[in-house]
Amino acid sequence: MSRKTSEPKETRITNHPILTFNRGKKVTFYFEGKPMQGYLGETIAAALVANGVKVFRYTEKHKRARGFFCAVGKCSSCLMVVDGVPNTMVCMEPLREGVRVERQHGRGKL
Amino acid sequence: MKHTEIAIVGGGPAGLSAGIVAARLGAQVTVIDDNPRLGGQLIKQTHKFFGSRTHYCGTRGVDIAAILEQELRKTGAEIVLNTTVIGHFQPNILGLASSQQFTKLTYDRLIIATGAYENNVLFENNDLPGVYGAGAVQTLMNVYGIRPGKRVLMIGSGNIGLIVSYQLLQADVEVAAVVEALPYIGGYHVHAAKLRRCGVPILTSHTIKAALGKEYVTGAVICRVNRKFRPIKGSERKLKVDTICLAVGLSPLIELLSQIDCYLVYIPELGGLVAWHDENLQTSVPGVYVAGDVSGIEEASTAILEGRIAGAHAFLSLKGKEANPEAEAIIRDARRELAVIRQGPFGEKAARGKRQLQQYTPARPVIQQ
Repeated sequence: MSRKTSEPKETRITNHPILTFNRGKKVTFYFEGKPMQGYLGETIAAALVANGVKVFRYTEKHKRARGFFCAVGKCSSCLMVVDGVPNTMVCMEPLREGVRVERQHGRGKL
Repeated sequence: MKHTEIAIVGGGPAGLSAGIVAARLGAQVTVIDDNPRLGGQLIKQTHKFFGSRTHYCGTRGVDIAAILEQELRKTGAEIVLNTTVIGHFQPNILGLASSQQFTKLTYDRLIIATGAYENNVLFENNDLPGVYGAGAVQTLMNVYGIRPGKRVLMIGSGNIGLIVSYQLLQADVEVAAVVEALPYIGGYHVHAAKLRRCGVPILTSHTIKAALGKEYVTGAVICRVNRKFRPIKGSERKLKVDTICLAVGLSPLIELLSQIDCYLVYIPELGGLVAWHDENLQTSVPGVYVAGDVSGIEEASTAILEGRIAGAHAFLSLKGKEANPEAEAIIRDARRELAVIRQGPFGEKAARGKRQLQQYTPARPVIQQ
Protein backbone atom coordinates (compact mmCIF):
# COMPACT_ATOMS: atom_id res chain seq x y z
CA MET A 1 0.00 0.00 0.00
CA SER A 2 1.38 3.42 -0.80
CA ARG A 3 0.60 6.84 0.50
CA LYS A 4 -0.75 8.43 -2.62
CA THR A 5 -0.49 12.16 -2.84
CA SER A 6 -4.03 13.05 -3.43
CA GLU A 7 -5.80 14.04 -6.52
CA PRO A 8 -9.48 14.59 -5.71
CA LYS A 9 -10.96 11.36 -4.41
CA GLU A 10 -14.48 10.18 -4.08
CA THR A 11 -15.74 10.37 -0.52
CA ARG A 12 -17.44 6.99 -0.89
CA ILE A 13 -15.16 3.97 -0.58
CA THR A 14 -15.76 1.42 -3.32
CA ASN A 15 -12.69 -0.81 -3.06
CA HIS A 16 -11.62 -1.86 0.43
CA PRO A 17 -9.12 -4.59 1.26
CA ILE A 18 -11.28 -6.01 4.07
CA LEU A 19 -14.78 -4.61 4.01
CA THR A 20 -17.61 -4.67 1.55
CA PHE A 21 -20.31 -2.10 2.02
CA ASN A 22 -23.86 -3.24 1.45
CA ARG A 23 -25.54 0.08 0.98
CA GLY A 24 -29.30 0.34 1.11
CA LYS A 25 -31.58 1.94 -1.44
CA LYS A 26 -30.36 5.21 -2.92
CA VAL A 27 -32.57 8.09 -1.82
CA THR A 28 -32.78 11.83 -2.32
CA PHE A 29 -32.79 14.20 0.62
CA TYR A 30 -32.47 17.95 0.92
CA PHE A 31 -29.75 19.98 2.62
CA GLU A 32 -30.65 23.66 2.86
CA GLY A 33 -33.09 23.05 0.02
CA LYS A 34 -30.49 21.46 -2.22
CA PRO A 35 -31.14 17.85 -3.30
CA MET A 36 -28.49 15.33 -2.33
CA GLN A 37 -28.15 11.56 -2.58
CA GLY A 38 -27.59 9.09 0.22
CA TYR A 39 -28.38 5.51 1.10
CA LEU A 40 -30.94 4.04 3.45
CA GLY A 41 -29.22 2.46 6.44
CA GLU A 42 -26.84 5.35 6.98
CA THR A 43 -27.29 8.30 9.29
CA ILE A 44 -28.06 11.81 8.08
CA ALA A 45 -24.62 12.90 9.32
CA ALA A 46 -22.86 10.21 7.29
CA ALA A 47 -24.81 11.17 4.14
CA LEU A 48 -23.92 14.84 4.65
CA VAL A 49 -20.20 14.09 5.01
CA ALA A 50 -20.39 11.91 1.90
CA ASN A 51 -21.79 14.95 0.08
CA GLY A 52 -18.96 17.15 1.28
CA VAL A 53 -20.97 19.05 3.93
CA LYS A 54 -18.69 20.00 6.80
CA VAL A 55 -20.57 22.68 8.74
CA PHE A 56 -23.67 21.33 10.52
CA ARG A 57 -24.55 24.26 12.73
CA TYR A 58 -23.42 27.59 14.20
CA THR A 59 -23.21 28.23 17.93
CA GLU A 60 -25.47 30.70 19.73
CA LYS A 61 -22.97 33.17 21.12
CA HIS A 62 -19.83 33.15 19.02
CA LYS A 63 -21.40 31.80 15.81
CA ARG A 64 -18.68 29.15 15.66
CA ALA A 65 -19.06 26.47 13.02
CA ARG A 66 -19.70 22.96 14.31
CA GLY A 67 -19.40 19.70 12.41
CA PHE A 68 -19.44 15.96 12.85
CA PHE A 69 -17.44 15.01 15.92
CA CYS A 70 -18.30 11.95 18.02
CA ALA A 71 -20.73 9.91 15.91
CA VAL A 72 -22.17 8.22 19.00
CA GLY A 73 -24.88 10.66 20.08
CA LYS A 74 -22.95 12.17 22.95
CA CYS A 75 -21.29 15.46 22.03
CA SER A 76 -24.15 17.57 20.54
CA SER A 77 -21.86 18.99 17.87
CA CYS A 78 -24.18 17.73 15.11
CA LEU A 79 -27.52 19.25 16.19
CA MET A 80 -29.48 20.24 13.10
CA VAL A 81 -33.02 21.09 12.04
CA VAL A 82 -34.56 17.96 10.55
CA ASP A 83 -38.00 18.27 8.94
CA GLY A 84 -38.44 21.41 11.01
CA VAL A 85 -37.41 19.80 14.32
CA PRO A 86 -34.39 21.56 15.86
CA ASN A 87 -31.73 19.94 18.04
CA THR A 88 -31.86 16.67 16.15
CA MET A 89 -28.67 14.65 16.59
CA VAL A 90 -28.02 13.78 12.97
CA CYS A 91 -25.25 11.31 13.85
CA MET A 92 -27.94 9.03 15.28
CA GLU A 93 -30.84 9.95 12.98
CA PRO A 94 -31.40 7.50 10.13
CA LEU A 95 -31.58 8.96 6.63
CA ARG A 96 -35.05 8.89 5.09
CA GLU A 97 -36.29 9.55 1.58
CA GLY A 98 -37.06 13.23 1.10
CA VAL A 99 -35.95 14.33 4.57
CA ARG A 100 -35.21 18.06 4.83
CA VAL A 101 -32.08 18.96 6.74
CA GLU A 102 -31.06 22.48 7.67
CA ARG A 103 -28.13 23.98 9.53
CA GLN A 104 -29.10 25.09 12.99
CA HIS A 105 -28.29 28.64 14.07
CA GLY A 106 -28.00 29.01 17.82
CA ARG A 107 -30.34 27.01 19.95
CA GLY A 108 -33.04 26.49 17.35
CA LYS A 109 -36.67 27.48 17.65
CA LEU A 110 -39.47 25.13 18.58
CA MET B 1 -44.90 -0.34 33.37
CA LYS B 2 -42.84 -3.16 31.91
CA HIS B 3 -40.65 -5.33 34.10
CA THR B 4 -37.52 -7.33 33.40
CA GLU B 5 -35.45 -9.54 35.69
CA ILE B 6 -32.10 -8.31 34.45
CA ALA B 7 -31.82 -5.02 32.56
CA ILE B 8 -28.59 -4.39 30.67
CA VAL B 9 -27.75 -0.90 29.46
CA GLY B 10 -25.44 -1.07 26.45
CA GLY B 11 -25.11 -3.70 23.74
CA GLY B 12 -21.34 -3.70 23.23
CA PRO B 13 -19.04 -6.62 24.05
CA ALA B 14 -19.67 -6.36 27.82
CA GLY B 15 -23.45 -5.95 27.65
CA LEU B 16 -23.88 -8.66 25.03
CA SER B 17 -21.77 -11.14 27.01
CA ALA B 18 -23.63 -10.34 30.21
CA GLY B 19 -26.93 -10.85 28.39
CA ILE B 20 -25.87 -14.14 26.80
CA VAL B 21 -24.68 -15.59 30.11
CA ALA B 22 -27.62 -14.42 32.22
CA ALA B 23 -30.23 -15.51 29.66
CA ARG B 24 -28.59 -18.90 29.10
CA LEU B 25 -28.54 -19.52 32.84
CA GLY B 26 -32.26 -18.88 32.88
CA ALA B 27 -32.95 -15.23 33.64
CA GLN B 28 -35.29 -13.01 31.69
CA VAL B 29 -33.05 -10.37 30.17
CA THR B 30 -33.56 -7.03 28.39
CA VAL B 31 -30.67 -5.37 26.55
CA ILE B 32 -31.10 -1.69 25.69
CA ASP B 33 -28.90 0.21 23.24
CA ASP B 34 -29.18 3.63 21.66
CA ASN B 35 -27.78 2.45 18.33
CA PRO B 36 -29.70 0.83 15.48
CA ARG B 37 -27.32 -2.13 15.69
CA LEU B 38 -25.85 -4.26 18.48
CA GLY B 39 -22.09 -4.65 18.93
CA GLY B 40 -21.04 -1.26 20.31
CA GLN B 41 -17.64 -0.19 19.09
CA LEU B 42 -16.87 -3.69 17.79
CA ILE B 43 -18.80 -3.00 14.60
CA LYS B 44 -16.13 -0.56 13.47
CA GLN B 45 -13.12 -2.70 14.34
CA THR B 46 -11.77 -4.21 11.16
CA HIS B 47 -8.51 -5.49 12.65
CA LYS B 48 -8.00 -8.98 13.97
CA PHE B 49 -7.96 -9.22 17.73
CA PHE B 50 -5.07 -10.51 19.78
CA GLY B 51 -5.53 -12.15 23.09
CA SER B 52 -6.38 -15.49 24.46
CA ARG B 53 -7.49 -18.50 22.46
CA THR B 54 -10.97 -18.51 23.93
CA HIS B 55 -11.60 -14.86 23.19
CA TYR B 56 -11.91 -14.65 19.47
CA CYS B 57 -8.22 -14.03 18.89
CA GLY B 58 -7.57 -13.77 15.15
CA THR B 59 -11.16 -12.66 14.53
CA ARG B 60 -12.04 -9.15 13.38
CA GLY B 61 -14.05 -7.02 15.79
CA VAL B 62 -16.92 -6.63 13.36
CA ASP B 63 -17.21 -10.43 13.13
CA ILE B 64 -17.07 -10.81 16.93
CA ALA B 65 -20.02 -8.40 17.13
CA ALA B 66 -21.99 -10.59 14.74
CA ILE B 67 -21.16 -13.77 16.72
CA LEU B 68 -22.19 -12.21 20.04
CA GLU B 69 -25.38 -10.76 18.58
CA GLN B 70 -26.36 -14.13 17.14
CA GLU B 71 -25.70 -15.83 20.48
CA LEU B 72 -27.81 -13.29 22.33
CA ARG B 73 -30.68 -13.53 19.85
CA LYS B 74 -30.67 -17.33 20.23
CA THR B 75 -31.38 -16.99 23.95
CA GLY B 76 -34.61 -15.12 23.25
CA ALA B 77 -33.52 -12.15 25.35
CA GLU B 78 -35.45 -8.98 24.66
CA ILE B 79 -33.45 -6.48 22.61
CA VAL B 80 -34.45 -2.82 22.57
CA LEU B 81 -32.58 -0.76 19.97
CA ASN B 82 -32.61 2.95 19.01
CA THR B 83 -33.44 3.66 22.63
CA THR B 84 -31.48 5.71 25.13
CA VAL B 85 -31.69 5.14 28.87
CA ILE B 86 -32.03 8.77 29.87
CA GLY B 87 -32.56 8.40 33.57
CA HIS B 88 -32.90 6.24 36.62
CA PHE B 89 -35.66 6.69 39.15
CA GLN B 90 -35.71 5.21 42.63
CA PRO B 91 -35.80 2.49 43.51
CA ASN B 92 -35.47 0.42 40.31
CA ILE B 93 -36.96 2.24 37.34
CA LEU B 94 -35.20 3.09 34.10
CA GLY B 95 -36.47 5.86 31.82
CA LEU B 96 -36.22 4.86 28.17
CA ALA B 97 -36.44 7.34 25.30
CA SER B 98 -36.75 6.44 21.65
CA SER B 99 -37.40 8.95 18.89
CA GLN B 100 -41.06 9.54 19.71
CA GLN B 101 -41.66 7.73 22.95
CA PHE B 102 -40.80 7.70 26.63
CA THR B 103 -41.37 4.46 28.54
CA LYS B 104 -40.38 3.05 31.89
CA LEU B 105 -38.84 -0.29 32.72
CA THR B 106 -38.43 -1.80 36.17
CA TYR B 107 -35.74 -4.34 36.93
CA ASP B 108 -34.55 -6.74 39.62
CA ARG B 109 -30.88 -6.49 38.66
CA LEU B 110 -29.19 -3.82 36.56
CA ILE B 111 -25.98 -4.19 34.56
CA ILE B 112 -24.51 -0.96 33.27
CA ALA B 113 -22.26 -1.48 30.29
CA THR B 114 -22.36 1.97 28.74
CA GLY B 115 -18.73 1.95 27.66
CA ALA B 116 -16.66 5.08 27.30
CA TYR B 117 -16.45 8.41 25.58
CA GLU B 118 -13.51 9.88 23.75
CA ASN B 119 -11.30 12.41 25.47
CA ASN B 120 -10.65 15.75 23.91
CA VAL B 121 -7.43 17.68 23.99
CA LEU B 122 -6.87 21.39 24.31
CA PHE B 123 -5.60 23.34 21.33
CA GLU B 124 -6.63 26.44 19.46
CA ASN B 125 -9.66 25.84 17.20
CA ASN B 126 -10.25 22.32 18.49
CA ASP B 127 -13.97 22.84 17.80
CA LEU B 128 -13.56 23.34 14.03
CA PRO B 129 -15.45 21.00 11.73
CA GLY B 130 -12.90 18.48 10.49
CA VAL B 131 -11.68 17.71 14.02
CA TYR B 132 -13.03 14.23 14.71
CA GLY B 133 -12.88 11.71 17.48
CA ALA B 134 -11.19 8.51 16.35
CA GLY B 135 -14.43 6.60 16.88
CA ALA B 136 -16.27 8.91 14.50
CA VAL B 137 -13.62 8.41 11.84
CA GLN B 138 -13.98 4.66 12.26
CA THR B 139 -17.76 4.90 12.03
CA LEU B 140 -17.61 6.88 8.81
CA MET B 141 -14.97 4.69 7.21
CA ASN B 142 -15.73 1.22 8.44
CA VAL B 143 -19.48 1.26 8.99
CA TYR B 144 -20.64 3.57 6.21
CA GLY B 145 -17.71 3.42 3.81
CA ILE B 146 -17.20 7.19 3.71
CA ARG B 147 -13.82 8.90 3.79
CA PRO B 148 -13.71 11.61 6.45
CA GLY B 149 -11.22 13.63 4.40
CA LYS B 150 -8.24 13.41 2.12
CA ARG B 151 -5.31 14.03 4.45
CA VAL B 152 -5.41 13.36 8.16
CA LEU B 153 -3.30 14.30 11.14
CA MET B 154 -3.62 11.72 13.91
CA ILE B 155 -3.25 12.86 17.51
CA GLY B 156 -2.15 10.03 19.80
CA SER B 157 -0.11 6.88 19.19
CA GLY B 158 -1.97 4.50 21.48
CA ASN B 159 -3.46 1.44 19.86
CA ILE B 160 -6.53 3.33 18.71
CA GLY B 161 -4.45 6.05 17.04
CA LEU B 162 -2.21 3.50 15.34
CA ILE B 163 -4.99 1.18 14.22
CA VAL B 164 -7.22 3.98 12.91
CA SER B 165 -4.25 5.47 11.03
CA TYR B 166 -3.70 2.13 9.32
CA GLN B 167 -7.42 1.83 8.57
CA LEU B 168 -7.28 5.29 6.97
CA LEU B 169 -4.52 4.06 4.66
CA GLN B 170 -6.64 1.01 3.82
CA ALA B 171 -9.44 3.40 2.88
CA ASP B 172 -7.00 5.26 0.61
CA VAL B 173 -6.78 8.33 2.82
CA GLU B 174 -3.41 9.93 3.36
CA VAL B 175 -2.05 10.15 6.91
CA ALA B 176 0.26 13.16 7.21
CA ALA B 177 1.66 12.12 10.59
CA VAL B 178 0.86 10.64 13.95
CA VAL B 179 1.84 12.93 16.83
CA GLU B 180 2.45 11.71 20.36
CA ALA B 181 3.26 13.89 23.36
CA LEU B 182 5.07 11.08 25.17
CA PRO B 183 8.67 10.37 24.20
CA TYR B 184 7.66 6.88 23.06
CA ILE B 185 4.92 5.19 21.04
CA GLY B 186 1.96 4.24 23.21
CA GLY B 187 0.52 1.25 21.36
CA TYR B 188 1.70 -2.16 20.21
CA HIS B 189 4.88 -2.28 18.17
CA VAL B 190 3.21 -4.40 15.50
CA HIS B 191 0.68 -1.65 14.71
CA ALA B 192 3.35 1.06 14.70
CA ALA B 193 5.59 -1.00 12.43
CA LYS B 194 2.83 -1.39 9.85
CA LEU B 195 2.44 2.40 9.68
CA ARG B 196 6.15 3.01 9.49
CA ARG B 197 6.43 0.56 6.61
CA CYS B 198 3.85 2.65 4.76
CA GLY B 199 5.96 5.73 5.33
CA VAL B 200 3.79 7.45 7.93
CA PRO B 201 5.93 9.47 10.35
CA ILE B 202 5.20 8.86 14.02
CA LEU B 203 6.39 11.99 15.79
CA THR B 204 7.00 11.34 19.49
CA SER B 205 7.48 14.29 21.89
CA HIS B 206 5.18 16.28 19.61
CA THR B 207 1.79 17.85 20.10
CA ILE B 208 -0.78 19.84 18.19
CA LYS B 209 -0.85 23.56 18.87
CA ALA B 210 -3.66 24.72 16.65
CA ALA B 211 -6.08 23.78 13.94
CA LEU B 212 -6.09 26.19 11.02
CA GLY B 213 -9.13 27.26 9.06
CA LYS B 214 -12.15 29.49 9.41
CA GLU B 215 -15.18 27.30 8.77
CA TYR B 216 -13.40 23.95 8.71
CA VAL B 217 -9.93 22.48 9.06
CA THR B 218 -7.45 23.44 6.36
CA GLY B 219 -4.29 22.70 8.27
CA ALA B 220 -2.65 22.15 11.64
CA VAL B 221 0.28 23.54 13.59
CA ILE B 222 2.34 20.95 15.43
CA CYS B 223 5.39 21.43 17.62
CA ARG B 224 7.85 19.53 19.73
CA VAL B 225 7.37 19.34 23.49
CA ASN B 226 9.91 19.07 26.29
CA ARG B 227 9.85 16.45 29.03
CA LYS B 228 7.28 18.44 30.93
CA PHE B 229 5.07 18.43 27.82
CA ARG B 230 5.62 22.18 27.31
CA PRO B 231 5.84 23.34 23.67
CA ILE B 232 9.38 24.14 22.54
CA LYS B 233 9.48 27.61 20.99
CA GLY B 234 10.53 27.76 17.38
CA SER B 235 9.73 24.09 16.76
CA GLU B 236 6.32 24.82 15.26
CA ARG B 237 5.50 23.68 11.77
CA LYS B 238 2.42 23.71 9.61
CA LEU B 239 0.86 20.66 8.03
CA LYS B 240 -1.67 20.84 5.26
CA VAL B 241 -4.49 18.54 6.37
CA ASP B 242 -8.27 18.63 6.10
CA THR B 243 -8.93 16.31 9.02
CA ILE B 244 -7.57 16.10 12.56
CA CYS B 245 -8.34 12.86 14.34
CA LEU B 246 -8.17 12.70 18.14
CA ALA B 247 -7.13 9.41 19.70
CA VAL B 248 -6.15 10.61 23.12
CA GLY B 249 -7.85 8.14 25.38
CA LEU B 250 -11.27 7.39 26.72
CA SER B 251 -13.32 8.22 29.82
CA PRO B 252 -15.93 5.90 31.33
CA LEU B 253 -19.56 6.93 30.69
CA ILE B 254 -20.66 7.05 34.32
CA GLU B 255 -23.67 9.39 34.18
CA LEU B 256 -26.23 6.71 35.03
CA LEU B 257 -24.06 5.31 37.82
CA SER B 258 -23.69 8.77 39.23
CA GLN B 259 -27.44 9.27 39.15
CA ILE B 260 -28.02 5.94 40.89
CA ASP B 261 -25.63 7.26 43.54
CA CYS B 262 -23.06 4.52 43.14
CA TYR B 263 -19.85 5.27 45.00
CA LEU B 264 -17.48 6.80 42.43
CA VAL B 265 -13.70 6.85 42.70
CA TYR B 266 -11.16 8.72 40.58
CA ILE B 267 -8.55 6.27 39.27
CA PRO B 268 -6.37 7.65 36.45
CA GLU B 269 -5.28 4.11 35.48
CA LEU B 270 -8.93 3.26 34.78
CA GLY B 271 -9.59 6.40 32.74
CA GLY B 272 -10.99 8.71 35.42
CA LEU B 273 -14.11 8.42 37.53
CA VAL B 274 -15.36 4.85 37.84
CA ALA B 275 -17.96 3.18 40.00
CA TRP B 276 -16.42 1.26 42.86
CA HIS B 277 -17.07 -2.43 42.32
CA ASP B 278 -16.17 -5.74 43.89
CA GLU B 279 -14.72 -8.72 42.06
CA ASN B 280 -18.22 -9.73 40.96
CA LEU B 281 -18.52 -6.31 39.29
CA GLN B 282 -21.22 -5.29 41.78
CA THR B 283 -21.20 -1.58 42.67
CA SER B 284 -21.85 -0.06 46.08
CA VAL B 285 -25.57 -0.13 45.28
CA PRO B 286 -26.79 -3.70 45.73
CA GLY B 287 -28.07 -5.26 42.53
CA VAL B 288 -26.36 -2.70 40.28
CA TYR B 289 -23.39 -4.02 38.28
CA VAL B 290 -20.86 -2.59 35.85
CA ALA B 291 -18.97 -4.32 33.04
CA GLY B 292 -16.57 -3.28 30.30
CA ASP B 293 -15.02 0.14 29.73
CA VAL B 294 -17.43 1.88 32.11
CA SER B 295 -15.78 -0.08 34.96
CA GLY B 296 -12.33 1.05 33.81
CA ILE B 297 -10.89 1.50 30.32
CA GLU B 298 -9.50 -1.75 28.97
CA GLU B 299 -10.26 -3.70 25.81
CA ALA B 300 -12.95 -5.84 24.20
CA SER B 301 -11.62 -9.16 25.53
CA THR B 302 -11.71 -7.98 29.15
CA ALA B 303 -15.11 -6.40 28.54
CA ILE B 304 -16.43 -9.78 27.40
CA LEU B 305 -15.06 -11.48 30.53
CA GLU B 306 -16.39 -8.79 32.86
CA GLY B 307 -19.75 -9.08 31.14
CA ARG B 308 -19.81 -12.81 31.81
CA ILE B 309 -19.02 -12.29 35.49
CA ALA B 310 -21.61 -9.55 35.92
CA GLY B 311 -24.25 -11.55 34.05
CA ALA B 312 -23.59 -14.72 36.01
CA HIS B 313 -23.48 -12.97 39.37
CA ALA B 314 -26.62 -10.98 38.68
CA PHE B 315 -28.33 -14.29 37.96
CA LEU B 316 -26.84 -15.93 41.05
CA SER B 317 -27.85 -13.14 43.38
CA LEU B 318 -31.36 -13.12 41.94
CA LYS B 319 -32.13 -16.82 41.68
CA GLY B 320 -29.67 -18.47 44.05
CA LYS B 321 -27.03 -21.13 43.58
CA GLU B 322 -29.52 -23.96 43.25
CA ALA B 323 -31.22 -22.40 40.22
CA ASN B 324 -28.23 -23.17 38.03
CA PRO B 325 -24.95 -24.51 39.42
CA GLU B 326 -23.12 -23.40 36.26
CA ALA B 327 -23.21 -19.75 37.32
CA GLU B 328 -20.42 -20.14 39.85
CA ALA B 329 -18.21 -21.98 37.39
CA ILE B 330 -18.67 -19.20 34.80
CA ILE B 331 -17.60 -16.60 37.33
CA ARG B 332 -14.59 -18.64 38.42
CA ASP B 333 -13.39 -19.27 34.87
CA ALA B 334 -13.85 -15.69 33.74
CA ARG B 335 -11.99 -14.36 36.77
CA ARG B 336 -9.09 -16.67 36.08
CA GLU B 337 -8.90 -15.58 32.44
CA LEU B 338 -9.11 -11.91 33.40
CA ALA B 339 -6.16 -12.36 35.74
CA VAL B 340 -4.13 -13.91 32.90
CA ILE B 341 -4.88 -11.04 30.49
CA ARG B 342 -4.11 -8.43 33.12
CA GLN B 343 -0.71 -10.00 33.78
CA GLY B 344 0.46 -9.00 30.29
CA PRO B 345 2.36 -5.75 29.70
CA PHE B 346 -0.71 -3.97 28.34
CA GLY B 347 -3.10 -5.30 30.96
CA GLU B 348 -0.88 -4.31 33.82
CA LYS B 349 -2.07 -0.71 34.01
CA ALA B 350 -5.71 -1.72 34.37
CA ALA B 351 -4.74 -4.37 36.91
CA ARG B 352 -3.04 -1.67 38.96
CA GLY B 353 -6.13 0.50 38.70
CA LYS B 354 -8.44 -2.31 39.79
CA ARG B 355 -6.17 -2.99 42.79
CA GLN B 356 -6.28 0.68 43.74
CA LEU B 357 -10.05 0.58 43.58
CA GLN B 358 -10.09 -2.11 46.24
CA GLN B 359 -8.30 0.21 48.65
CA TYR B 360 -11.42 2.32 48.82
CA THR B 361 -14.39 1.28 50.89
CA PRO B 362 -17.79 2.15 49.55
CA ALA B 363 -19.90 4.50 51.62
CA ARG B 364 -22.56 1.83 51.59
CA PRO B 365 -21.56 -1.79 52.01
CA VAL B 366 -22.25 -4.32 49.30
CA ILE B 367 -24.70 -6.94 50.50
CA GLN B 368 -23.14 -10.31 49.90
CA GLN B 369 -25.64 -12.76 48.52
